[in-house]
Amino acid sequence: MENNSRRGFMGKAFGAVAGVGAVGSLVAMKQTWDPLPSVKAAGFTNVDLTTVEANVLVVEKWRGKPIFILKKTPEMLAKQNDEQNARDIKVGEDSYLVCIGLCTHLGCIPAYASGEEKFKCACHGGEFDTSGIDILLPPPSPLPIPPFKIDGTTLVLGEEGEEYKKMKEAGVTV
Amino acid sequence: MAHFEKAKSIHDWLDQRLAIDKVNKVMQTEYWIPKNINFLWAMGMVLVITFMMLLVSGIFLLMYYQPNIATAFDSVNYTIMREVEFGWLWRHVHAVAASVVFLIIYIHMFTGIYYGSYKKGREMIWISGMLLFVAFSAEAFSGYMLPWGQMSYWAGMVITNLFSLGSLEMNGIVEWIRGDYVPAQAFLTRFFMLHVLLVPLAIMALIGIHFAALRIPHVNNQDGDEFDYDEESAKYLAGDTKGSKVIRFANDFLSKDLFVVAVYLIFFFYLVFWNYGFAMDPVNFDPADGLKTPAHIYPEWYFLWSYEILRPFSKDIGLMAFGFAQVIFVLLPFLDRSPNVAPANRRGPFAIWFWLMIVDLIALTAMGKLPPEGIFSTIGLYAAVTFIALWVALPFITMMEKKK
Ligand code: HEM
Ligand code: FES
Repeated sequence: MENNSRRGFMGKAFGAVAGVGAVGSLVAMKQTWDPLPSVKAAGFTNVDLTTVEANVLVVEKWRGKPIFILKKTPEMLAKQNDEQNARDIKVGEDSYLVCIGLCTHLGCIPAYASGEEKFKCACHGGEFDTSGIDILLPPPSPLPIPPFKIDGTTLVLGEEGEEYKKMKEAGVTV
Repeated sequence: MAHFEKAKSIHDWLDQRLAIDKVNKVMQTEYWIPKNINFLWAMGMVLVITFMMLLVSGIFLLMYYQPNIATAFDSVNYTIMREVEFGWLWRHVHAVAASVVFLIIYIHMFTGIYYGSYKKGREMIWISGMLLFVAFSAEAFSGYMLPWGQMSYWAGMVITNLFSLGSLEMNGIVEWIRGDYVPAQAFLTRFFMLHVLLVPLAIMALIGIHFAALRIPHVNNQDGDEFDYDEESAKYLAGDTKGSKVIRFANDFLSKDLFVVAVYLIFFFYLVFWNYGFAMDPVNFDPADGLKTPAHIYPEWYFLWSYEILRPFSKDIGLMAFGFAQVIFVLLPFLDRSPNVAPANRRGPFAIWFWLMIVDLIALTAMGKLPPEGIFSTIGLYAAVTFIALWVALPFITMMEKKK
């Protein structure tokens, strides 16, 4: 009996040591796969808006992701409803769509069909309007608006400006 | 200490230490195989040989491949394909084997389904087989990332995004898997590790388990007959080899297996030398570009059916249907409620189920390759719904089956 309880004690001692070790290794393994600090410290991207032409899609790169910039034509603006207006970024007289150009379904880059004035995703057939709002399945939500700041006629991506904060509060950035 | 005698020969010396005679009996000369089986039972051996070809060609590719996003593409498409003597051979063998292995796996799986080789003691063979299927899928996907072409990049983007689990928006998991916001260096190096070390190790372990699971129930046969292996093998050993229903695995059955392997290898090397194009996507001969999606993204042919189940639905429902398709085959031994082990065509309504399933999978595969538009989307939707409906119906169909 004495032997048994000794064996039981050794078994439990081993279990405790192994358990601590296992949890510790899992933490280390998990964190080894986390994005590196150099990756996280992604820079800012500046875009000069004066060179952007109406109904011609401009694609910039920010944190490795494509950013869509589309200047609206007066005809587009005339047709827009409130939901669409709320997503416009106004710089002087002009209105722009600025969004992350990755389909909210599974992340392909939708192509802009300037004739039809909509974005079409080739992967599974999803579509978005000129305000980045999803109009055909499977994408479940609009193209997200990245953090931005307006500095004169320059768009700074990665920094949260006044305009961005207002849009975020209104819940139109996602 | 155990007692050892002075050995009479090298064979005897080894036998005293490793019991090689006993092992040889258990694994080969007295591992009994039914006579009543056909060439479809050689597919397991064909898979072993194909896996060995993947391993050998992979080792040679590994000597020149560079897992770096700046150099990976050229190390494959220039160094291996143009500079290294016979580099093209290893690459073509590797690509063709990676594609053909799935064709054989599907034949092997559907042979098992047709003859009912997944129940009455054979459940673990089936489950370990499905785990092999999952491991091979992971191996194929991680290998597809390595040339770092357009299809590598965008397949990597789309497939890792699945792990955000739809509306749960778990983007943290996706970034954790990638080690970045988008597929980049960290992503390529870790998938390289998975492809050349961790997943192959898992596959080898699973093949061991698959074989161990076969040893006790033995392989099934063309009529689903259950017979007494002790009795039949005793008959064989007593000299009544004609009357016995079984033969030895080695060398008798092995010679049949290897004959089928030889026929297969002729077909295989015909593909390697003259028809390798199907195994390599032209779009992947453009280097990866994070700012340009290819006009039309589709996976390799063997993933098309499950991809098509994802496509016609809204994001969340699509993901659920896709998840369902990935796991449901594992549950086959438990969803089939009939005790009969017999070929499908002798099992009444199950025969219809079997052939409908095959036709449906072929339809899904075809639609997955076509652009997601108009009539193709509609057919795809019906085929996806049919797939789910067939699995829901299976327990009821098999419950009604008459006991044989
Ligand atoms: C590379 C992967 C695989 C290898 C190397 C392999 C190998 C083998 C071998 C050598 C046999 C015995 C001979 C035969 O009946 O063909 C066998 C039997 C079997 N395998 Fe696999 N297999 C693999 C994948 C799978 C998969 C994906 C499944 C499906 C879930 C599966 C299900 C079965 C079944 C049910 C049997 C028993 C057949 C019977 O009893 O008649 N295997 N496998
Ligand atoms: S990724 Fe755009 S529709 Fe699926």
